[in-house]
Parts: sequence; C-alpha cells; structure tokens
Amino acid sequence: MPNILVVKGLTTQFEGEKGPITVVDQIDFKVKKGEVLGLVGESGCGKSVTSLSILQLLDKNGKISGGEVFYNNVNLVSKSEKEMRGIRGKEISMIFQDPMTSLNPVLIIGKQIGEVIEEHEKVSGTVVKQKVVELLKLVGIPRAEEIYYEYPHRLSGGMKQRVMIAMAIACNPAMLIADEPTTALDVTIQAQILDLLRSLKDELDMSILLITHDLGVVAEMCDRVVVMYAGQVVETTDTRTLLRKPRHPYTVGLIQSTPHQSKGERRLKSIIGQVPTPDQFLQGCRFADRCPKAMDICHSTIPPLFELDGQTSCRCWLYDDKKEEVI
Amino acid sequence: MTTTLLEVRNLEKKFAAKSAWFKPKQYVHAVNGVNLQLAERETIGIVGESGCGKSTTGRCLLRLIEPSSGEVIFQGKDITTLSKREIKNIRKDMQMVFQDPMASMNPKLSIREILSEPLLAHKILRSEHEQLLSETMRLVGLPEEHLSRFPHEMSGGQRQRIGIARAIILRPKIVILDEPVSALDVSVQSQIINLLQDLQEELGLSYIFISHDLGVVEHIAHRVGVMYLGEMVEVAEKERLFEKPLHPYTRALISATPKTDPDEVKERIILKGEIPSPSNPPTGCKFHPRCAFTQDICKAIKPELREVEGRKVACHMV
Repeated sequence: MPNILVVKGLTTQFEGEKGPITVVDQIDFKVKKGEVLGLVGESGCGKSVTSLSILQLLDKNGKISGGEVFYNNVNLVSKSEKEMRGIRGKEISMIFQDPMTSLNPVLIIGKQIGEVIEEHEKVSGTVVKQKVVELLKLVGIPRAEEIYYEYPHRLSGGMKQRVMIAMAIACNPAMLIADEPTTALDVTIQAQILDLLRSLKDELDMSILLITHDLGVVAEMCDRVVVMYAGQVVETTDTRTLLRKPRHPYTVGLIQSTPHQSKGERRLKSIIGQVPTPDQFLQGCRFADRCPKAMDICHSTIPPLFELDGQTSCRCWLYDDKKEEVI
Repeated sequence: MTTTLLEVRNLEKKFAAKSAWFKPKQYVHAVNGVNLQLAERETIGIVGESGCGKSTTGRCLLRLIEPSSGEVIFQGKDITTLSKREIKNIRKDMQMVFQDPMASMNPKLSIREILSEPLLAHKILRSEHEQLLSETMRLVGLPEEHLSRFPHEMSGGQRQRIGIARAIILRPKIVILDEPVSALDVSVQSQIINLLQDLQEELGLSYIFISHDLGVVEHIAHRVGVMYLGEMVEVAEKERLFEKPLHPYTRALISATPKTDPDEVKERIILKGEIPSPSNPPTGCKFHPRCAFTQDICKAIKPELREVEGRKVACHMV
C-alpha cells in the first residue's frame, strides 16, 4: 500500500523563558493508505504536539523548526496558512479529546457541521442541510432532524463526540487524526465510538492516525504503532509484535504496568521514577535513568533508531549490531 | 476477613433539583438504597460509569455529603445520627483520598503544613508530630526532604503519595479512595497501586476503592460492587465477578473494557443508547432500555438484589 502521510525528522519547539524548548524531536513515521496507525505514549511525550504540527495548529509560541510532513507526496510544512485551510477538513480532519471545548456553544449542531461543507464545497443551503442530516444519521445520532437544531450543551459526551466525528468526515477526508477520541468517555460509550470509527474507516476508505495513551485501545484499533517517549520515537512496529514481543525497555515497562498483564500476581510491575519534562531530558538515552537495562553508553549517547527488520525499529543500544533476542 | 468493620444499610441520597412555585419539589436520586459490608483488611471496589453515584456513596459514608436516609454503622454506632463533634472523631478512623491531589491541597502550604493539618485538627501531641511525619513519608516512599516542598514542585505521582500520606497519618482503619489513580499515567499508576497494597498490609487498612477502571479494580479489590444509576446491580467476590459476570450490565462493562492481549477472544457487547439522566430514570429495572434481554417484567418491576450463585444480583433474568 502507498503511504498517505510521511513524517520526516519533524521537530517542534516552543518558546520558553530560557530559550526554545524542543518538545518533539526529529519524529519519523509513515501512515499507509487505509491503515490505522497508533501514536502511543504518556502525558508530555509530545504525541499531541506531533498531531497539531502535522496540521499546523500549534499555538503562537510554538513552531515547526525542522523536518517535513508529506501528504500524498506534497510537503505540508512549506504551505501557507491559506493553503492549509484548504487541506484541513477536506483532506485531513481531526477530532479531539474533549468534544465540549471543540464545539461552539452558541451555534446549533447543524450549522456547525454545515460550516465545514460550505468552506470546502460550492453547494446550495438546502443541499448542505440534507448532507448534514445524512451525516448525523451516519454517525448514529437518533432523531437527526431534531438534533440538527440542538445546541451542544443539550447533548451527552458520547453524542458530542459523534457530532465531532460527523464534522470531521463531512468532506470525505482521506485521513483522520483522532487525538484521544475516547479518553473523556465512559467505557460502554468508548466501545460505541471505537466501533463507529472502525466502520467509518471501511465505509469511507480513510486512514487514521490514532493518538492514545491506552494500550487496550491500541490493541483493538491499530494496525501498526509508534511509541513515543520524551519527544522521540522509541519503537515502531505492528500491533501484534508490540504487544507480544515489545523490544524497547520503555515499551516493555509500559505494557507490563497495565493491570491486565499482571493477572493473578499480587504486585503490579511498574517503571521507577516519572516521565521527565522537556527541561529534564537527559543527555544520553532519555529513558536511561528509569531503565532496568541501562548500560554505560546509554548515559552518554542518544541511541539512533535501529532498523531490526522491515517492520520494526527501536531506539535502544541493546539492539546495536542488530542483536536480536536480548530482552 | 471476618469481622465487619463498616456496614451500610439502605443508603439514599436525593439532591433537590428544579424547584418552582406551587410545584412539588423534584429530586435527583443519586444513590438509591445501597447496602455494603466492609470487613477488616478488605478492599471493596465500587465500579460504574459517570453519574452512577459511586462518588456520592463514598462521600456519604464520611458525611462529606449528608445522606438523605439509611444507616452507616461503624464500630457499632450509626454515624448518620452523630453530631458534628462526634463525626470528627470518626473521621480519625475514616479518611479519604481524592482523584486530583492538586485540587485537594492548598497550594500555598508546604507538604509539612499539609500533613500537619490533620494532626492539629485532631489535637495530636506536638511532640509526636515529627515522628509521625517522618514515618508517614517513609511509608509512602518519599524522602523526608520533600516535607519542605510545595505541591506544585512535585509530579502527579508524588502528589498522590502526599494525598495518601495525609489520609494515613492519623492511622485510620478505613480509607475511601475516590478514583485515586485515574489522573495518573500508566507507569506511575502501577506504582501507586502497589503502594496502596503495601500500606494495607503494613497498617491493616480497609479500603473502599471507587473507580471506573475495571482493570485496576480487578487487581486491587477483594469484592466488587457494580453500580448503575444509583443502585447496586451486582456484588460479588472479584474472581467470581470477572470470571462469570451475571448482570447484563456487568457483562457489557467487562466486555467493553479494551484488553491489551491481541489474542483474547473478544465477545464484544456494544450497549445501545446512553446512560439515562438520574433526574428522569427509567421505570422498573433502570437498565432495561439498554439491555438486550429486556422482558415486560423489567419495564414494570424493579428487581431486588438477591442471592444467585454465591453473589448478589439485581436482575429478573438471571
């Protein structure tokens, strides 16, 4: 399958009191057409900033300071704001964790979804309305004609997320970026929304970049996974391999920390210490001080991403010289 | 695990909702007839989705929210009838840990001051303070130097350790934990859960562990109560509940939780519809509009909790 999105050496910096802070540091990954790629990591690892950088939705004090983002072989980083507006919502859409803060509280649902269509397509008002109602039905909203006239505060969290999804898919984008789309929802509603995303992906032939901290969601949704730690990619592989045979000590620790993995054991496995903030990044491997397998070299030099096979790469000195089966 | 430490009978909490002139007052029934027993050194998990009344239940036990009716019997006394002064003495034995440690601490106080507050409130002799402080810091796995820090200087995991330290510094018998690890990252979450288990063993604590995360509850709890719209729908030993959940809601809840095992056979039950609003709950069994097994009886008659296969379930169909 061809790649729809290729991120190469993406680096994003924010203005800090003591000079720029690098939050995303030379990220590389590819999303194939029709694939669900998971971007996984804990808070502060840079996964959300990565997604905002792709669409150039960063706050004023943040900027992309290096690297490229190719969407269908076109570099988005060099695009102007006006050109980006043509791409957002039309080619690449995004949904966010908290649907309440992303919806306009003083505009009825129907108008908000309609805006996306009016922005990108030249169609008459009645056609827009018809399309919006169809979209609401497609995302599983009951009484779509009535909900069209409702304000966001009248809807539940799950319904609001459905509205966000309707808005995101209004112009049949080829790519959807979903940033923690179910984190704010209850589990039974999460199951509904994940199910909806899965069926829409097939129906509309979309590729999805799914950003999450939840390995359970990854196991259910993703084909391949990129694991991030402290602003860097530490491991890339397919979901099955990641969960069955994680390579990077951080990934190993992360998977073992989930209660599900220590079934029947009294103590949960955990990773010592805590996630560093960007001003605490170590000089060598950024995970070295929490890593149970750290060696001397780890404290002095940042490991590169070692290619292990066509599918898997891992940023860890244990895999230097392609040593296999170390863990 | 034989002696019952705390018994909750028919706990109810109604919040006054809309009121209008000449109209009867309307109520939201947040907790509706909850029964619980907590034994010494036991952890009981209360799970459910948002709005099911699990946090309200927890707060009613400590009378942080006044229950509308029902009994909470602790050491032979019904604490719902106690005066303000008497309840203060009870709180020495029953403490609470909240979800967001940042929001539950005064940002202007140092950790030493935060941890001293319960000691001052309960008139612990000044000469004992220092020893209690350093011992409690050791228990929660923080260096004593951190006593001079402020909450904002600490990470989320460390702050929650302080939240736990504040709860255990008076050496209570029961700690009510309201979503204590929900705001934490996975790798830190497991550290805190391990800490809670160690403290339980060392200090002989009993826990009421309120959470929406079934994975965490399955790990830490001995018994689990599942709540839906203010009512307990299933109460069982943990192993029984997760092995073979009986109530259709419990089954859906367990199946909806994403598992990290890629090979696990997934029998996914996707519930239709949303959680109804507690201000306008469905008749009969409150779960019937979303249940796949609904019969006429479910719409008309509210099922009572009854003993089935060594546990309690509130469902007409099991």
